[in-house]
Amino acid sequence: MPQLDFSTFSSQLIWLAITFSALYILIARVALPRIGGTIEQRSDKIANDLDRAQSMKDDVDKAIASYEAALADAKSKAHAIAQETREKLSAEIESERVRVDDEIAVKIADAEKAINAMKTKAMGEVNKIASDLAGEIVSDLTGTKATSASISKAVASAASKS
Amino acid sequence: MASATETQTAVAQAAEHGANAGGGLAIDPMHQFKVHSLLDLKIGGLDMSFTNASLWMVITVAVVSLVLLLGSNKMVPGRLQSVGELAYEFVSGMMRDVLGDTGRAFFPLIFTLFMFVLGANMLGMVPYSFTVTSHIIVTFGLAAAIFIGATVVGFAKHGLHYLKLFVPSGVPSVLLPLLVVIEVISYFTRPISLSVRLFANMMAGHTMLKVFAGFVVAMGFLGGWAPLAMMVALTGLEILVAFLQAYVFAVLTCIYLNDAINMH
Repeated sequence: MPQLDFSTFSSQLIWLAITFSALYILIARVALPRIGGTIEQRSDKIANDLDRAQSMKDDVDKAIASYEAALADAKSKAHAIAQETREKLSAEIESERVRVDDEIAVKIADAEKAINAMKTKAMGEVNKIASDLAGEIVSDLTGTKATSASISKAVASAASKS
Repeated sequence: MASATETQTAVAQAAEHGANAGGGLAIDPMHQFKVHSLLDLKIGGLDMSFTNASLWMVITVAVVSLVLLLGSNKMVPGRLQSVGELAYEFVSGMMRDVLGDTGRAFFPLIFTLFMFVLGANMLGMVPYSFTVTSHIIVTFGLAAAIFIGATVVGFAKHGLHYLKLFVPSGVPSVLLPLLVVIEVISYFTRPISLSVRLFANMMAGHTMLKVFAGFVVAMGFLGGWAPLAMMVALTGLEILVAFLQAYVFAVLTCIYLNDAINMH
């Protein structure tokens, strides 16, 4: 078995020590820092990117929230304006209506007064015509002149009877 | 001095070739584990020749570092970068599961161990390559270093309290001496079990592949298809084993470190 050839042991051990130390130095000083650095840098970058994405998402959320707040604000404002306008308009309409009603009432009252005046005037005329007519009829029928006072009294009582 | 050893190895190789030629099996399944020197080096009587094993250790380091360093470092990774990041996340996740966050300082060590063993195991699957981890001395070298290191960390962190690791709590005092002995033995066999597991898996797998490869040749064009199909399946299994053993090696190292840092 060549493995038990003791004459090769010293050379193998020495070369093992040399080559292994060389590899150790190379790996510890150069290879591992390089590879480890790259891996760390990558995970840092991924973490950074995730952070940035999160902060962007936060910004977007904030923007959406402020947009919604503005929208709600505008809506309530519009509502208030509409309400106010509606109230003002209805108040105006109401006052206009009251004014027109008053005017109409005044006009109606005037008209009623005029009608009443005309009516009493007409009634007066009617009484006068009736008493004239009655005087004439009486004089024609009886040949005597009735006094105007008794005639108008009779007409008035007849008018009140009818 | 150098030339003397060279002639010696040459003679030994010649003798072996002769033995092979005369022997029964035409293909020696253990030949792939043979260590031979590519460049003789001796410093102060210590043999540190550059062998094929050393060459494949260097290749392992080169391939692993190329895979880890050639990848770009972009936000969206390419293929090679993905491999590096996958390995990083894999080992880091495994360490977090076993060690918790207390042992982050050992992350480069565990990562290097995992990548070195994985690289050596995987490169061993390349035909004509040499499997560094199929040698007990290599795996034992790693395991012993881990064992000593973990013990040092344990004593440095807990002082003499670290010895409490050998005293299980909530045990009847009659059984305690026996359990302490068992704990001590299990502690000190850690480097052996750690190293033998990896070495035996690698050696057995590669030997089996070589034996089946020998069957393919021996059974010829008509009969060789069955062992060839078997070899394809075994190669898949061996790739799985190569990964799994690297993982197990790293996990066990983490467990030992966990014992040292957090105790039980």
